[in-house]
Amino acid sequence: MKLDCKHVWEHISEYIDNTVDAKLREEIERHLEHCEICSAILDSTRNILVLTADDRTFELPVGYSERLHERLKEEIEKS
Amino acid sequence: MKEQIGTNEGGLIARILAGEKELFHELIRPYERMVYLTLFSIIKNETDAEDGAQEAIINAYRHLTSFRGDAKFSTWLTTIAINEGRKRLRKSKGAAEQSIEEQEEGHEGDYTPAPLTDWREIPLAALERKELREALRIAVAELPDIYRQVFTLRDLEELNIEETAQALGINPGAVKVRLHRARIMLQKRLVPFLKTTAPARKRFFGRAL
Repeated sequence: MKLDCKHVWEHISEYIDNTVDAKLREEIERHLEHCEICSAILDSTRNILVLTADDRTFELPVGYSERLHERLKEEIEKS
Repeated sequence: MKEQIGTNEGGLIARILAGEKELFHELIRPYERMVYLTLFSIIKNETDAEDGAQEAIINAYRHLTSFRGDAKFSTWLTTIAINEGRKRLRKSKGAAEQSIEEQEEGHEGDYTPAPLTDWREIPLAALERKELREALRIAVAELPDIYRQVFTLRDLEELNIEETAQALGINPGAVKVRLHRARIMLQKRLVPFLKTTAPARKRFFGRAL
């Protein structure tokens, strides 16, 4: 069976997570080999995930950890 | 004895419960970022998210005896953080609004990704750009709540599907659907930013092309 682009898009998230079955995976890979559009969509989605997991993207408020442990210290002392 | 009590999480918890309370600082350190981001994904306000994160962690400390080893500590803690976030959200929204837990993913909506051309010409260095990070933060903040929460737990905090489902009290199928949609929505939103990485454009007859 030949996959069309739309079919690949539907499974792109599962493909990234490696939760598609072996047969579908193989079909998607075969499609990606010749389809630049889908390859670009896959790449860009992956890049977004890389960026998401990068600690510099979602930063904590300055001093968060210090304030947290200070409060925790008080709690532990009185418990 | 081969078992090294205190070097793993379970051992650490046992020691805290046995009286070495100050070890809780050490137990929580690897998770403090996760707790904050969970709160932030629900209440979307830095100050409130920080207050909520502190509250959730204090709660975890107070109720550590109720932690059972059958769940992962991270999942247990995330559940506490989610409950704290929802409680705060209810309070701030007031009773008049609909329950936030009742939202469900519908079937409507267009969840197709945005096609990219000339993708290969985009340098990887583009990911280092500050405005791309900023755009991603905004896009995530603007996702509908149910999508943002799943996306945060899965792709930001790197919980697996099962853990995400457990923490949010939804089934794994719903996690997959929401995650897929969240990722596609973000891809779509960020494509314009991924595309504008070409070097400065040449001017032609005095007009920017």
